[in-house]
Parts: sequence; C-alpha cells; structure tokens
Amino acid sequence: MKTTTTLLATTAMTLAGTSAFADAHMADSMTIVSWGGAYSASQQGAYHDPYMANTGITIINDESSSEAVAKLRAMNEAGNVTWDLVDVEAADAIRLCDEGLALEIDHDEMLAAGADGSTASDDFGDSIISDCFIPQIVFSTTVGYRTDMVGDTPPTEICAIFDTDTYPGKRALAKKPLANVEWALLCDGVAKADIYEVLATEEGQAQAFAKLDTIKDDVIWWSAGAETPQLLADGEVVMGSTFNGRLFSAIAEQDQPIGMLWDAQMLDYDGWIVPAGLSDDRLARVMDYLTFATDTQRLADQAKYISYGPARASSAPLVGDHGELGIPMAEHMPTDPANSKNVFVTQYEFWADYRDDLDAKFQAWLAQ
Amino acid sequence: MTETSQHSGPVLAADGRPLKASLARALRREKLRAMLLIAPLLVFILITFVVPIGQMLFRSVENQIVSDVLPRTSEALEEWSYNDGAAPGEAVFFALTQDMVVAAERKEHTRLGSRLNYEESGISSLFRKSGRKVDEIGEGYADQFEAVNPMLVDPAALTQLFATSAWSEAVASDAELAVTRTFKVNKDVAEALPRASDAFREFAVFNQSVDEKDPRKAKLWNSVSLALFEDLRQNPAATVDGPASAAIAAAAAAVPAFDVEDLAQSFAKIDKDWLDPEVWTVIKRYSPEFTNGYFLNAIDMEKTVDGPAWRDEDQQIYLKLFWRTMLMSMTITISCILLGYPVAWLLANLPTRQANLLMILVLLPFWTSLLVRTSAWKVLLQQQGVINDIVVWLGLVSDENRLQLINNATGTIIAMTHILLPFMILPLFSVLKTIPPTYLRAAKSLGATNWTAFWRVYFPQSVPGIGAGSILVFIMSIGYYITPEIVGGTKGVFISNRIAYHISSSLNWGLAAALGAILLAVVMLLYWAYDRIVGIDNVKLGG
Amino acid sequence: MADGTSNNAFVEFERVQKSYDGEKLVVKDLNLSMPKGEFLTMLGPSGSGKTTCLMMLAGFETATHGEIKLDGVSINHIPPHKRGIGMVFQNYALFPHMTVAENLSFPLEVRKIGKAEREQKVMRALGMVQMQDFANRRPTQLSGGQQQRIALARALVFEPELVLMDEPLGALDKQLRETLQFEITNLAHQLGITVVYVTHDQTEALTMSDRVAVFDDGRIQQLAPPDELYEAPQNSFVAQFIGENNTLEGTLKEVKGNSCIVQLDNGDIIDAMPVNVGAVGERTKVSIRPERVEFDKTRLKADAHTLKAEVLEFIYMGDIFRTRLRVAGSEDFVIKSRNAPDQTRLTPGQQIEIGWMTEDCRALDA
Repeated sequence: MKTTTTLLATTAMTLAGTSAFADAHMADSMTIVSWGGAYSASQQGAYHDPYMANTGITIINDESSSEAVAKLRAMNEAGNVTWDLVDVEAADAIRLCDEGLALEIDHDEMLAAGADGSTASDDFGDSIISDCFIPQIVFSTTVGYRTDMVGDTPPTEICAIFDTDTYPGKRALAKKPLANVEWALLCDGVAKADIYEVLATEEGQAQAFAKLDTIKDDVIWWSAGAETPQLLADGEVVMGSTFNGRLFSAIAEQDQPIGMLWDAQMLDYDGWIVPAGLSDDRLARVMDYLTFATDTQRLADQAKYISYGPARASSAPLVGDHGELGIPMAEHMPTDPANSKNVFVTQYEFWADYRDDLDAKFQAWLAQ
Repeated sequence: MTETSQHSGPVLAADGRPLKASLARALRREKLRAMLLIAPLLVFILITFVVPIGQMLFRSVENQIVSDVLPRTSEALEEWSYNDGAAPGEAVFFALTQDMVVAAERKEHTRLGSRLNYEESGISSLFRKSGRKVDEIGEGYADQFEAVNPMLVDPAALTQLFATSAWSEAVASDAELAVTRTFKVNKDVAEALPRASDAFREFAVFNQSVDEKDPRKAKLWNSVSLALFEDLRQNPAATVDGPASAAIAAAAAAVPAFDVEDLAQSFAKIDKDWLDPEVWTVIKRYSPEFTNGYFLNAIDMEKTVDGPAWRDEDQQIYLKLFWRTMLMSMTITISCILLGYPVAWLLANLPTRQANLLMILVLLPFWTSLLVRTSAWKVLLQQQGVINDIVVWLGLVSDENRLQLINNATGTIIAMTHILLPFMILPLFSVLKTIPPTYLRAAKSLGATNWTAFWRVYFPQSVPGIGAGSILVFIMSIGYYITPEIVGGTKGVFISNRIAYHISSSLNWGLAAALGAILLAVVMLLYWAYDRIVGIDNVKLGG
Repeated sequence: MADGTSNNAFVEFERVQKSYDGEKLVVKDLNLSMPKGEFLTMLGPSGSGKTTCLMMLAGFETATHGEIKLDGVSINHIPPHKRGIGMVFQNYALFPHMTVAENLSFPLEVRKIGKAEREQKVMRALGMVQMQDFANRRPTQLSGGQQQRIALARALVFEPELVLMDEPLGALDKQLRETLQFEITNLAHQLGITVVYVTHDQTEALTMSDRVAVFDDGRIQQLAPPDELYEAPQNSFVAQFIGENNTLEGTLKEVKGNSCIVQLDNGDIIDAMPVNVGAVGERTKVSIRPERVEFDKTRLKADAHTLKAEVLEFIYMGDIFRTRLRVAGSEDFVIKSRNAPDQTRLTPGQQIEIGWMTEDCRALDA
C-alpha cells in the first residue's frame, strides 16, 4: 500500500513540479524571442552578451518570432505567458497591441534618451508605429539571384520575379502574402501609390492572386528567412525573396555567387514588444534590459553584425564597420541613399487589419 | 450429487454465500492491486490523451465568443433576418455600439473579428478598424449634454447618480473602495434610465477591474451619453431622485432638440461593410453557443441563408486534402510493403550474425532525428541534389530536364516511405520469423514451383504481419506532418499540415479540431473495416 | 547386395559426399541402392548424416560430389518440385491457412488436375488414413496423430512412387507411435511404394523396415534387414547401437576357423566368433547379447570357457528378469532371462559362472 501512495505522490509531484520548476527557473533569467540565425546572433553580440556580463542575468533565446502572434494568443488563452520579450515585425506589433497581448509603452518614460539629447520618442520618430512597439531596426524584404544563372542580363527590377521567359527556373517566395501580393500588383501595372487601396478590395486581391498564379508552378515557398540563401547557394532557385541582411551574409560573408536587387524593396520595421500580463518583478527586469538594449550605442552596435539600419536617428552616425570583415556597413543598409531609390514602405496599418483575411485567402490559394 | 446442485438457485460456497459473490470478493483484492499498478499509466493517459481529445471534440462545436463579446447585439439581432434585404435598424446599431465600446476597451473585438473572419473573409479588418474608432460614436451627444449641464458628462456626478447608496456610502468612507468594491447599479435609476445605467455600469466596472482606476476620475465613454440620449428620447418622462434630478429633467427637455446621430451611417463611415447584410447574417448565424460551422467548413461547406451549401469551387480544399492524404498514405503503405517484405524475409532467414547486422541497419534511422533525416532527403532529392546528379551523369535524363523529386507528392512519398519503413519491417519480421522454412519445402516437395510455394503457402501466412505493418504505417502516415511540410511543397502536403496551420498560424482551433475529429473518425472507420474484413485478431506484432 | 548398382535399382546414391562448410564432410562416400517397393530406414544418432542424405534425395540440399539417381536417371540438377517425391516432415508441415482438404488438394492443383478428379483423389487419400470426416477442419483443430495421418495422406495423394519420411512420428507418444508405425508400413506395402524413412528410434527402424541403413560419422555402417542387423552386427558401433549389448575388450589370441580365443584385460579367456578382427595379437571388442548369456553350466558345451561373475542387482521386469553383474572388472554386464516357471532368480552377492555359445559372441573391431 505504501508503494502505491508513493507512486501516486510521484505522479502528482511530476504534474505540479513542471510549473514549480518553471517559476524557480525564471528567478534569474528571462526568455527573449527572436528570429534566429544571423539576426539572433547580432542581438546576442550587441545586446545580450554585454547585458548578461553587466547583470548576471541569464538570457534564454527562443527562435519563435515567426509564430509569435499565434503563440502569444495561445499563451494568453492558457493564462501562462512564458516569454519576457518578443521581437516582431511592425504589423504584428500593431496586431498584438490591438488584441491586448502586448503591453503599451511610454517610450519617453521607459527608454533611454538619445545620445544627442533628443527624447526617445523624437529619436525613434516615425518608427514608433504602435504604442506597444519599441523599434529596433529598419530592414527590407528584397530579392537575391544567382549571378551565374541569369546570363548576361542580370535582373535590375523587381518584376523579374514574374518574368519566367527571361529568367527561367524556380523562385523562392515567402509562404505568406506579405510582399508577394504587393509585388504582384506592382508588376501587374498598378501604380505604387494605389497598391494598398487596391489590395483592400476583393477585386484587387483577386488580381494579385491571378498574377501570382502565373508563376505558381515555379515557386518554392519558404517559411524561414534562412531558406532562400540556402536554396540560392544550392542552385535550386534562380532568384528568391528574403531579408536584405540574410542576402548580405550570403554575399559578403560567405562569398556566394549571389547578387541582390534593391528595387521595390519592402521597407519595414522590426522591434520589441513586451507581452501583456507579466508579473511586476518580471516586468521590471524586462524594462531594465530594454532601456539598455535600445539605447543609441547598442542599436548602432547591432549594425556591426548585420546590415539592418538602427531605428534611432541618433544611432546612424555611430554605425561603423562590419565586426569581422571590416567593410563599412552604412552602404549595405536598406536606408542608404544609393539603395533606397525605389523603396516600398510597408503599410503596417493595412497589414495589421488585413493579415487575417489575406492569410486565409493566400493559404487557400496555395492549397488549390 | 452435492446438496447445492440440487437447488436450481445459485451455487453456494461453504459459508452459505453465493459462490459468485465469494469469488468476486476473493478476486477483488487482486483486481484492486492490479488497478493500483496501472493507476499511474491510467492517470497519465487520462491527462495527456483522453482530456485533450475530449477538449478537441468540444472545441469543434463550441462557439461562445459571439454571445460573450456581443451580448446585446446578438439579442437585438433576433428580430432581424437576412431576407429583410438590408442591414438591421438603429436598435441593433445602438446595441453594437455599446458592445463594441466594451469589447474594444477590453480588446476582445479583434479576437471576435478573427473568429468571424474564418467564416467570412474581411470581418477581421472590419472589427479591427471599428474597434479603433467606435469610441467616437456618441461624441456629439456628449458635447450636447455638456452644453445642457456639465454634470451630465461628469463621471463623478454620474457615479453618484447610478451607484447604489450602499456603494456610495462605502466609497465615501474609504476612497480605496472606489477601485476594489465592484460597482453596483441603483435599481430605481436603472428602471428610469435602463440603457444609460447599463452603459455606465460597463464603464465603471471596466475601469475598476481592468484599469484599476476609480471610475469617478476616469474619462467618460461617449457610449454612456449615447445611451442616456436614447433613454431620454424614448422616455422623456423619466425622472430620478437625488442631486441629479434637475439635470436629468433639463436633459430630458433638451433631447428633442438634439442633433441626432445616425448610428448606421457612423459605422458605415468607419467601414461601409457594416451596411452589408452579409456581414450581419454571419454575426447572427454564429450567435448561438454551439455551431456545426466548423464541421461544415472542414468538408468544404458553409452555412448560408438557405442552409448548408458547398463552397465555391476555388475555396474547396479540405475534401481534396483528405482524399490526397488517404491516397498518398496508401501509396506509402504499398511502397513500404514492396520494399520491406524482402528485407523482413532476409532478416528472418539469414544466419543470426548477418541478421543482427541487417537489423541494425534497419533500426539505424531510428537513431537519427526525424528532422535530420528529412533534411537529408532534401539534399538527396533536390534538382541539384545527389540523385539528380547521378541520373544526369548516367545520361538517363538531360541536365535541363532534371527530375522534380522534391517539393511535390513524389518527395513526400519517397521520404515518408523511408521514415516509416521500419514500422513495416519490424512487425513483418516478427511474423515471418515464426513461419518455419519446412512449409516452403513441403510445398516444393508437393510439386509447387518456387513462386507458387511462396505465393500460395508462405505469403498467406505472412498476411497478419503485412496487416499489422500496414495498419501501423497507414495510420502513422495519415497523421504525419513534419516530413510533408519539409519536402512536400504545396502538392505533397497532408490534411495534418492544414491542421497544424490552423493550430499554430491561423489559430482557427475550432476548424483544426473539426478536421482532427474527422481524421480520427476516418481512422476508426478504417480500423473497424479492417477488423470486419481481415479481423484484428489476425494482426500480429510479434510471435 | 548392399553396395553397388544393380539393374533393378530404383533409388541410387553413388559415391555421394556432402559438405556444408568446405572443411568437414557430413556425408562421406555414400553408396546405396534400393529396389522399387522397398521400405528402407536410415537410422543413426543425430549428426550422423542421415537427414542430409534424405534432403539430398528430396532436392533441398545438393550433393557436393557424386550422383543420385532415381529410376536410373540422375536427379542432381532437377529441382525438388519436379522430382515427384512425396515427403512427410517431422512437424507435419501442414499449411495452417488451408483446410485438410485444401492441403491435400494442393499438390493436385499445382499439377493442374481437374476439380472433380481432385476431389475424388483427396477423398480416397483421406480414406486411406481413415480421416474422411475431417476434410473441412483446419490442421490446428486436429490432434498430433491426426495431423500426421493428414501429412501422410498429402504425401501420397499425388501418387508418388517414392515417399520420404523425416522422423514423422518423433513428436507422438509411444502408443500412438506404435499404431501409426503399423499403419504406415501396411499402407506402404499395400500401395507398393518405395519409402525412405529417417529415424533415430531403433525399435521403429527394426519393426517397420525391409532394410535398415545404420549411419554414423557420415557413413553407412551397415545396411541389412532388421534381423541380420540385430543378430549379426558387422562392427562394434552397430552392435552397440542396435539393441542392448555387453561389450568386453581384449586381445585376439588365436583364430581357428569359425571360432577364436580372446584374452580379456584381466587375463580371463573367452570364446568368440571372429567377425571383424585383425591379426592375432591385435585388440578386439567382443559383443554378447544379454539374452544369449548362460549361467546354467549344464546348457553350455563342456569345453566352453566360462567367466566368474558376481550378481550386483536383480531387476524384475515382468516378462523378463534383468540381472547386472560384475564381470572381468566391468560393472555393467547385463543378462536377461525369460520369466519362466523354472527360471532361476539370482540374488545380489551371489557368485556365478557365465558362458555362451561361441557363435553368439562376436569379436569385432576395437
């Protein structure tokens, strides 16, 4: 009988222990969610390592940013938020804020002022696209191509994606509507200024999908940013969309036969949100980290590791050379004047509102 | 002949009790001990298996969100019907305003929008936009009331008006209680001004519970003014006692002269879809707490005003996916049989040493992570991959026409056959091992050729192994997810990939649950059919 | 008559050798010839090569060297299913997924015999083993004896001229075995088929066979009818293996015609018949059947040599008495005497003298 009691007690303890352990575990650590790969590495180098050295707090990396909205919704539903800080795209930040899943922030009160003396909100400027959003970087979604597979006429403009006659072969595109539908409309003759207006209508959406239909059989759909550089390196695709930082890594750091387009790059912000519902001590710890990690110097430091532009105006002059290669980073930023001749600024508001709709349609279209 | 057997009644034990009861008593202790032994497993299964499946089945029909978030609207909508041909009237828009203000403040409207977007694409953006602007509706009334008497839009005065005297007294003695003691509405006032007191209660309780603020110091919602206007317009004779009685009387007198806001137009200004009866019929249709909508959705149907109907051709995906899942799982199972049988035969017939070595080779894939194996297939199968290189080198295909072996159904079938092969080989092997080689000799001695001996004598005896392996492989494969996701592209994915998508990306858990429930039902149906045709007793996993 | 070929030979082994591993011969230089209609048993301890011989004949093993002939034709390269040899296996090997009738019908089906004829032949074969009522049962629903009858019927149903049986009765209890031994021999003789029967049970071999081939160490030690085998073993292995035997070791002293004198190791002298001995002075083993030993001096020749013996044990076995003696230093010398009214019952400790007729005591190879 004694054995049985022990068995039952063990079972109960195992069940209870999981949460007890999690609590104890959190006492001196926090879980930061990001995109993984080269991007997480840049954050590790610029923010995490110095912060951990200063404070002794352990930072646990979680690479779930691509599923952040879904997972936060699920955590909220379960009443157990295990993340302390989440790196998301601007549109996702708006969505999370709308849904009450992200904490609203008083940027001036909670973040460090700029190194040039400007207030945080002035320093970040337009990049504060939501009350919950703490901007970090400016990045762009753009297209890379195999220099040895495009003959003598390398593509110069975005519609090369749809030009299977001139550039036969597979293309890698994101398994989500973002960027794809905009480019589709742009290459279907819609004026750049009208695109989001058109996309807000049923007909406009149908038009975008019809354009995508023309290359559907030539597309390999990716879901992680690292896939396109890999597919390009393997020669599996002739061109593919991905983030400019990933292409920089493949071209400059790995010396792959890859070229990139800056034409119609989809400019977007990426930054932090703090999940709603953190306990006071966890919140205090996260805010301490945030103040440190988003100051002028730290944001400038991140650009040593990856070619994304710092979101603070005051950080721009501090951007220096690549940490290992020693090449100046400024000219690889999406915001560099040479690169931003034809920029396509993502409309976060539109995507915050229409992401659900277009996602559903896009997935149905994919499955057809 | 014993005495007991002469009675026709129950056989009795030596102590006169019925023998059956005695036996049961004797066995009970043993049974109890056995039960306690398996109790941990039972509890484990209950918690990790039965409860989640039960929850899943429940989720596939559960639909409380509409009536939770829009209680007034769903009630008001009962009067309205799609056949009216137009959006509902002002009463419904009034209810919608009240519901939306609360929902937007509580940030529940986006979730409802996402939910209804599963049914009618476009509702998510509609709700998100509206949530952002709904607080402006009624602003005109607030201004006009303020002009009549500032007291009418002063939260402190209104708190005094709408609260019960007990609540007011308690708060007067301890200001802390203004936050912690839940706001209660004065019944007399509620009778005179039902909408306004309801709106104010929502306002007060929201400030107390969510913002943890004293409602007397919070910024008043315009919806309260809207409700007050509606009350006074419908009942100009409404009077209240206390300090506010004069102000209310003055307001009642002023209301007929107020500029009236057309609520429908206000909503239409936010998004013209609010005038679309299609949107309203979706809200009305999903107002009940339970729905078969997810299941209809899962079989490519939708609820319409005329009852369930097939979706548009270009939106039908699930039946096709179910069918594809079945077909591809069948193909995978057959490939596993074809490839696994010879291996199992060798395993069963080789001398022990070689058989052990071969067994290690068969089990080797188990020691590698599934993700690694699947990714390895990517390297092998892609167009610039090893297999294509070899085929091109051999000159079987030209360099321009490299085989498309991945990101399609072929890729899924190849990779999954490899991954599931051990699940075919092992049960098959354990059955083949028990078939003595004498049967084959006997058949040959009776005049059968090698093939006849195999086909008529050996093979029928191995059918239980094939059955066990096939059930295992088939059921595992129709639920498979990772491998098709990685190598299947868009044409080689299974229904489980859609389920995963709805679980983790679109968060349409209800649809995912319905799809999962259908999959479960299909598996059970197949299992039942197998039992009827082959007999589950004939399935052998071992000697 | 044992070796070589003859014109009426039906089954022939000619200088057949078999090795599995290329290092050791399991069958060494086998020569055997049997006429049509003979019931021949291969008897021997396990590992003696008898089953290998049977399998070579059936075609499941190939001879490493030599030739096997059936009805004058070499069958070395004919696959088993074309040899037309019926076979009964040790564990019956009835196909478990078929009914009894289907099992029997199987060899007829593969021979493409019409349905009506098939059914008739199946029922006839079942009739031969008195199993007509079990046609629709599954093998697992039958007892061991019934299964063996079916296996026999299946081996006979396609009317082969040669039937091989590999220890078919090994798994049955004694009584059933005896009944079936009788049935099998009867059936074989009735149908006039040739049977090669493998067993390690000598009683079975002796009671059933026309001739018995005793195997040891990959060779046929002796091939003879049962009575000859028992009474006139050609070497000490056969003498030991068949029936009970007393063996005494000694040196050959003198040979004169059909008798010889052997001096045992303790110096005693005995009479024996030289069967398989070398020159005078070489070692020999003499073998005497227990029932041929006499302890009543009046029944021996006057000039016969006798040996002194001490009774160690007396066992009453019903039909016979079995008495164990100490003779010439050996303690397992046994004599058997018939339980007759006038028979002497020896008592332990008693000192007696034993002797035998010279022709009953065979001097064999050492």
